[in-house]
Amino acid sequence: MNQSFTSTAEAINMLIQELSKLPGIGPKSAQRLTYYLLRAPEEQTRLLAEAILSVKQRTKLCSICFNVTESDPCLICRSDQRNRNKICIVEQPQDILALEHTNIYNGLYHVLHGAISPTEGVVANDIRIKEFMSRLQSSSVDEVILATNPNLEGEQTAMYLNKLISPLGIRVTRLARGLPFGTELEYADDVTLTRAIEGRQEF
Amino acid sequence: MSKPRNYQSEAIIIKKTKLGEADRILTLYTPHLGKIQAVAKGVRRPRSKLAGHLELLTHSQVSFARGRNLDTITGSQTINSFLPLKSDLQLTSYALYTTELVNQFTADHIENHPLFQLLLDTMHRLCQGSDNELVLRYFELQLLNQVGYRPQLHQCVSCRSRLEPTTNSFCPSAGGMLCPSCRQSQPLTYPLSVNGLKVLRLLQNSDYYTASRLRLTPELSRELEGVMRDYTRYLLEREVKSATWLDTLSRFAPNPNI
Repeated sequence: MNQSFTSTAEAINMLIQELSKLPGIGPKSAQRLTYYLLRAPEEQTRLLAEAILSVKQRTKLCSICFNVTESDPCLICRSDQRNRNKICIVEQPQDILALEHTNIYNGLYHVLHGAISPTEGVVANDIRIKEFMSRLQSSSVDEVILATNPNLEGEQTAMYLNKLISPLGIRVTRLARGLPFGTELEYADDVTLTRAIEGRQEF
Repeated sequence: MSKPRNYQSEAIIIKKTKLGEADRILTLYTPHLGKIQAVAKGVRRPRSKLAGHLELLTHSQVSFARGRNLDTITGSQTINSFLPLKSDLQLTSYALYTTELVNQFTADHIENHPLFQLLLDTMHRLCQGSDNELVLRYFELQLLNQVGYRPQLHQCVSCRSRLEPTTNSFCPSAGGMLCPSCRQSQPLTYPLSVNGLKVLRLLQNSDYYTASRLRLTPELSRELEGVMRDYTRYLLEREVKSATWLDTLSRFAPNPNI
């Protein structure tokens, strides 16, 4: 680490160094956080430390959908309130949070933990596609919703999954791609506009 | 002479890496500035005005503001989004392969207008749905011409004699063909059929219109793919990642028409 001044207290230096490894936190922010924590009530720092430890110790991946969970299978996979005939495929666990927030989807999920990106060397075997295919074999699913990101990698992953799944006679759908809410048409790009016109609906 | 603070250029987006929470570093290939890298701020937010105009494999008019370290992208307008290419798994993979080769074979800020034109034309050709393997081979040979690794296909690189119409060998480390008698002295060579050599010569020397009238048999196509793959791998001293993915796809669907 490129630090010009180091504190006389080794504990402070250690914390600064650890914090500056976090994404988006440079040496200066790390310093600010460290001195904030130094002055904060002990209770608060203890809770933070415990939360950090438990996020590693108490969580694992659900053996069915590969979402992050504390109990295996996860709450969604175990629930009897949910439609077990639909599976929605997402790239990362955070995507489930976003979809669940809408309260509109009641099926199950599958987390791929990545997207196919040939130029980065991420291919089908590096993400949880094989696991998904064997999951399909052992369940009665009638629809798979491809909810990978609408960028090049996500599209590629979706097209690849479609090739694998559609021969099985299962309905494959893709999240609609169109204009985001709260934006202006003027700035939309060609791909989005093309898809938005193609996918227009009765009003 | 001081450079202007803002400038514009056409560009094809050939690589992107994440930066921070919502930004990306893009690698762009431009006609007059060569390969450049620039920061695109906020393009990972869903309401970004720029994101759709700065996706991989897009041909855009991009404006930049000079930065201390990397330049920042201030605006972008799509010229061609190559939609047919992006709606097909195989074609996307082919196009990614071409951009990866361009990225690997070029250095930053070296102008190469013919190479830009070649990349742009290749993406148009992939959209048109002709023989895609032929489009790729033509691209590879022309790329090698442009970046200074043009293989010697007309005489033996060792003894300089003209090649006889028999199965000669291609030697990546010598950068060209070897006649049967010189072949023994080189450790790594690949046999190349008479027809294969003829096709490579044609692709190397003719314009695309002439080249596009070639019809390759599957065996010939595979032979040439192998030779070119070995040569690029030798030159780059690494595996071309997207080529590995192309192999996966072709194993998966031996007949792309199904």
